[in-house]
Amino acid sequence: MTQASWAYTDTVKEHFMNPRNILMDEDGYKEDGKGVTGNVKCGDEMIVVIKVDKEKGIIADCKWKTFGCASAIASTSVLSEMVKGMKLDDAYNLSAKDINRELGGLPDHKVHCSVLGDKALRMAINDYYVRNGMEDKIKKEEERVVCKCMNVTDQEIEHAVLEGARTFYELQEMTKVGTGCGECEQEVTQLLEAYKTKHFCEV
Amino acid sequence: MSPKEIYMDNNATTPIHPEVKKVMIETMDVFGNPSSLHASGRQARQLVEEAREEVASFIGASPEEIMFAGSGSEANNTVLSAVTCQRKQCAYHQEGVNEIITSTIEHPCVLEASKCLQERGVNVLYLGVDEYGKVSLEQLRDLLTERTGLVSVMMANNEIGTVQDIKGIAEIVHERGAVFHTDAVQAVGKIPVNVRELDVDFLTLSGHKMYGPKGIGALYVKKGAPFCPLIRGGHQERGRRAGTENTLGIIGLGKAIEMRSQEMKSDEKHLLELKAALKKGIEENIPDVLFVGHPIDCLPNTLNVSFEGAEGEAIILYLDLEGIAVSTGSACASGSLDPSHVILAIGLPAECAHGSIRISLGRENTMEEIAYMIDVFPRVIGKIRDMSTVYKRRLQ
Repeated sequence: MTQASWAYTDTVKEHFMNPRNILMDEDGYKEDGKGVTGNVKCGDEMIVVIKVDKEKGIIADCKWKTFGCASAIASTSVLSEMVKGMKLDDAYNLSAKDINRELGGLPDHKVHCSVLGDKALRMAINDYYVRNGMEDKIKKEEERVVCKCMNVTDQEIEHAVLEGARTFYELQEMTKVGTGCGECEQEVTQLLEAYKTKHFCEV
Repeated sequence: MSPKEIYMDNNATTPIHPEVKKVMIETMDVFGNPSSLHASGRQARQLVEEAREEVASFIGASPEEIMFAGSGSEANNTVLSAVTCQRKQCAYHQEGVNEIITSTIEHPCVLEASKCLQERGVNVLYLGVDEYGKVSLEQLRDLLTERTGLVSVMMANNEIGTVQDIKGIAEIVHERGAVFHTDAVQAVGKIPVNVRELDVDFLTLSGHKMYGPKGIGALYVKKGAPFCPLIRGGHQERGRRAGTENTLGIIGLGKAIEMRSQEMKSDEKHLLELKAALKKGIEENIPDVLFVGHPIDCLPNTLNVSFEGAEGEAIILYLDLEGIAVSTGSACASGSLDPSHVILAIGLPAECAHGSIRISLGRENTMEEIAYMIDVFPRVIGKIRDMSTVYKRRLQ
């Protein structure tokens, strides 16, 4: 009989087995920026810390810790390697999709676990700007209400897409978006396509 | 020792018993339709009826009270769906009877079927459980009214192994004149179950949880209990379940039950020894663990343990890489955001709920495997806790 295949790629498995850059000495690490995201109650939490080469504006070191699943561990391990030596702006613009490409892809239902790392990284970069009086460089991720009837924001739609929504109908079921007057359907559909492209690799 | 695969997920499903496999291979050529009158049909009929007798005698029922079904889930759905039957002769359809009671820790097939009933106008009430997963008989007394048609409470829980006082529940339900069903899929074959002693009206069991084949379950229907078929269009199973019988599955289930009647007692002793050793090994080698479930009224094979600060999906995948198969109530393993409804129902804090591991032993497990497990477990938990945001913070 053939051996059943591991549900994750070899790269995911390798990073899961041997995670890189774990923050072992949380108190002793003199970071230049720190980001904490997630919530233990929801089953995942992530800390990312960075050291910055201030002259060159690049990330000199990146370490992390998590209460999370295999996907969160593997994706943040990969992320921590990718961003070393990277310009702050480029690191900030990394998306879950970039990480997934590096990992060779995650199962669709695990993608939402992998976005914690890059989110925490963006928070760490913003934290660095705050600590160094460079608030003007901070890119705010502002929420915007898309569906006025049900008060649903673009971030909630993005979250639902990460949780598995692939159609307008599924978005309605998960967020109640567009179940009032229905005026926002076109915009929601455009956002849906944009988030699908942003987070998921082409099949 | 580093064995290839250590299977400790027997509440999910069990490996087929060698004797069951043997009988199923031997009868693979029995293709006759048990409803046919000719020799080929009669041969199949005989084997089906022998299996029915085997199942009946194991749980103290009469053969005509046993209905075979495609799964435990189907059997459970059959019982629940009957509640909305509109036929006059159905006892459920008496004036004013439009309520059912179930528990918060049932298998999804009961919970989802209940939700569906609710949408069809049935009032569904839920019994909560205590920290050990036991339903409260007092609460049951409070909820029961003359409107209650059916009460469905599982005998043993699949995740934490807690065994309910089914006899006590049945007594209270019958005092109120309602009908009582128990989903005993995890209980039958692991602990003694006698439908007459328990005095239940319906009881569900399943083949693949007791070393039998998949795709076969059975429902005990007490003589005279109100019944309405879920699958119509044939006289099979006394008109209770249409469809040509799954002959091979039924024969396999019959043999599996025959083997349980011979081996259950000695297996129980073996399993309790293994479980005690495993529990002791975990307690002595890993700090900050929490055992979940009832300390005494628990299935002999089930150990549910939560490791603080360690996420469940990560635990099972590291164990998988070490050749150990267990399962978890963690949200991340299921693809939803919430941890298991059972673990939440017993009131465990979220950080424990996401790290709960179910180890369900089986007749083939050995003390050597337990020793290997105790060797691997502390390393895996230690590794995960080293990178955990939660664990160190708690220690400070």
